[in-house]
Amino acid sequence: MTAVASARPALRHRLAERGIDRTLLLLVPGLLVTACLFLYPFLYGLQLSFAPRQGGIFANYARFFGDPYLRDTIWTTLGIALPATFINVLASIPIAYVMRVRVRGKRLLTTILVVPITLGTVLTAQGLIMYGGPAGWLNKVLTVLGITDEPLPLIHNYTGVLLSLVITGFPFSFLLTLSYLSGIDPSLEKAAATLGANGVQRFRRITLPLLAPGLAITFCLSFVMAFSVFPSAQLVGDPANETRVISIAAYHAAFEEYDYSMGSAVAMLMAVVMLIVIGLVMAWRGTLYRGATGGKG
Amino acid sequence: MTFEQLRLDGVSRSFGTANALSGLDLAIARGEFVALLGPSGCGKSTALNCLAGLLPLTGGSIWLDDARIDGQPPEQRGFGMVFQNYALFPHMSVRANVGFGLKMRKVARADARRRVDEALRLVQLTDHAAKFPAQLSGGQQQRVAIARAVVLEPPVVLMDEPLSNLDAKLRLEMRMEIRRLHQTLGLTTVYVTHDQEEALSLADRLVVLRDGTVQQIGTPEEVYAQPVNSYVASFMGYRNLLDVTVTGAAGSSVTVEGAGVRLSGRGSLAEGPAKVAIRPEDFVIGDAAENALDVTVEIVEYHGRELSISARLPSGVPVYFRTDKRLAPGDTTRIGIPAERVLVFEP
Repeated sequence: MTAVASARPALRHRLAERGIDRTLLLLVPGLLVTACLFLYPFLYGLQLSFAPRQGGIFANYARFFGDPYLRDTIWTTLGIALPATFINVLASIPIAYVMRVRVRGKRLLTTILVVPITLGTVLTAQGLIMYGGPAGWLNKVLTVLGITDEPLPLIHNYTGVLLSLVITGFPFSFLLTLSYLSGIDPSLEKAAATLGANGVQRFRRITLPLLAPGLAITFCLSFVMAFSVFPSAQLVGDPANETRVISIAAYHAAFEEYDYSMGSAVAMLMAVVMLIVIGLVMAWRGTLYRGATGGKG
Repeated sequence: MTFEQLRLDGVSRSFGTANALSGLDLAIARGEFVALLGPSGCGKSTALNCLAGLLPLTGGSIWLDDARIDGQPPEQRGFGMVFQNYALFPHMSVRANVGFGLKMRKVARADARRRVDEALRLVQLTDHAAKFPAQLSGGQQQRVAIARAVVLEPPVVLMDEPLSNLDAKLRLEMRMEIRRLHQTLGLTTVYVTHDQEEALSLADRLVVLRDGTVQQIGTPEEVYAQPVNSYVASFMGYRNLLDVTVTGAAGSSVTVEGAGVRLSGRGSLAEGPAKVAIRPEDFVIGDAAENALDVTVEIVEYHGRELSISARLPSGVPVYFRTDKRLAPGDTTRIGIPAERVLVFEP
């Protein structure tokens, strides 16, 4: 060893001090996939949306906001996605709350609740048509029992899409909520009980505040899934009117009018709306306590 | 709420077929400090959770004077509880944590504030009132937990190994603190621990448990000096436990043989197999009047003024003793022990 070398630690060690070492190579596959399958298509679509068939660079966006038939798809989509997300998140709280501890039949119930996630939207839509359609079991039974005179309009309208989004979206938000709830130390509720808090107070004062940041994340992820609804809006919805969601508008522009530029513009707007909603939810989350919840993960 | 006696009547709890606690009978007077002592899995925490109402009983009953309380949920029982992991509410300040119980009981705000201040002063945390639990050290967190439990002036305070997550120095300090609080407030306390030193130093009365059954109930002095069986003895620091045979008995003194030695000791047993229990610190070095043993020193641990020594009898059986004489591994020495310090139990 020369004097110079011993005075300065080896380059490898100095880099390691700054967190640069060979484990960084593990990032390469992920970064490659992200670059090829997300970054490139996204940037390509972005520039495409600014290269319309006619007019200036903002012509597509001007057309979207100038045409109520296009513009209103934003409200239509929000009108479906927001209620569906609220239903999914709110319904998963009580169920996850019961399931956070050991209960009889927990595994069976969890399996039943989670199965829809494996089915995919198309199969769910198919099932919904068979079950809830005008000639489906539900309406047959209701008619035979004399509860209704004519079949309930459950599909090919707003209700059908909402049902489909709840069926496919609920397991996801349930699993997320359950994992957030399991991360809260159960002795906190016990402590609250010994301090005189009843069940409702324990939930409101202890569990809910600690769960809220997790619910915000669950809400965002569920919302993104619901907002990009396409198959169910087509299959069990009313894609020409009531459930003409923004993804249908994008599909229409790109694959029926063959205007890829316009299709890209609609897709970009879709992303912007999602980011706005997520931004609002995350801003609210920022006001909450987000530290440790004492659980063991 | 005042009362004269908290009574546990055959309190049992089983999980499936396993009996975590079977038939615990115990009467606790107001103001008493009782320690439940035993190794993990002995049922001491189960007993505490049953008392708090966090775990339903599978048998027996709990009485506060003439009121049966084992059917009440924890929030109605109103016992204060201090948890092993503190269980402080992480999203609330120290002040809000301590005030939580008062808020639940709808105590008027001004009154609640005064009582919280008083409790924080008692545990010397006045300066930390606005902090959050994560900003406190372990000892401070445990003091918050204690303040939170005692601010309600509960009829009974339950403590579940409150010191086991602290380092040795802090544990000693907090032990003093708990003793001081008990002396100041006089709150009836049930304290669960696996540390016999903690139990002996804090409690007015000890309950030694093993596999869910009571082994001995008594004052620290009784349990320390007169353990009822070899299990309690081993837990109380009688580190030398030898398998022997009783060869002669006269009144309360017996002669035993085993491990290649012959000892006279205290106990009332007929001839037959027995177990001898001796504390390491009861041995004396040199030619003793009674019970002389020749041993070879094997391991020497430095404990300040004293050495803790592991030695072997000629028969190869290990013997542990303490001495202030500087011995080294390989030394042979003669040690002795007065007969009244040699306890003989049924095996």
